[in-house]
Amino acid sequence: MSNPSLAPTRELKLYRRPISFWWWLDRPAYFKFVVRELTCLFVGAFAILTLLQVRAVGEGPEAYAAFAAMLASPAGIGFSVLAFLAAVYHTVTWFPAVQTTIVLRVGEQRVPGSVITGAHMAGWLVVSVVVAYIVLRG
Amino acid sequence: MAKRSLTPFLWFLFGGGGMVSAMLFPVHILLFGLAFPLGMLEAPGYEWLHALVVHPITRLYLFVFILLPLFHAAHRIRYTAYDLFRVQPSLHQPIAVVCYGAALAGTLAAGYTLLTIS
Repeated sequence: MSNPSLAPTRELKLYRRPISFWWWLDRPAYFKFVVRELTCLFVGAFAILTLLQVRAVGEGPEAYAAFAAMLASPAGIGFSVLAFLAAVYHTVTWFPAVQTTIVLRVGEQRVPGSVITGAHMAGWLVVSVVVAYIVLRG
Repeated sequence: MAKRSLTPFLWFLFGGGGMVSAMLFPVHILLFGLAFPLGMLEAPGYEWLHALVVHPITRLYLFVFILLPLFHAAHRIRYTAYDLFRVQPSLHQPIAVVCYGAALAGTLAAGYTLLTIS
């Protein structure tokens, strides 16, 4: 008796079900996933913008004034609004994800994920205040 | 020759970049992108910013601030490109090389700038 499941596999052709490019609009969870991933475009862009800012500072007061004027233009403000929203969305989705990667034990007890996420949120607040304090001291 | 996987290293850069950008990017964008240009807060003077940027600790801070998030972005762009455009597997490696290569180029530029700035 030949068993069909033992048929030679070299003739096997995988069928790939066609999926629409818009699959990520099918469910809210998919949409949130893609939005979360796309926040990285703003993260990358702002990292490069910061590099340009550093260069401008190195080039002197005029270069820095030009850089600041660029940020103050309507396009600059528009970018910053989107980048800020994306960055905050990244933050509030990142910390809950961190708890799945950290296993922290106190004695026999595993520290609950909500505590780990909460600690990161509190750390975020503290770090933000410290950065703002240092920048604004001038 | 034993081929060692780069994957754990790339995940470390992704995770580190995710953490750095989550902790630091909102406040930087809020200050330099919105509060100062819109006049909500008085912007610090050039002298102070210059003094800050050339300080060794700030140089190191800015290097990490740029390096890790660039690799974080590269990693996410790579996998989002796979998922969103459903690219065929033969293109996976070229896409990865372009993504991480761009992050590496940005890192080198940042390193050069931060070492030579005065």
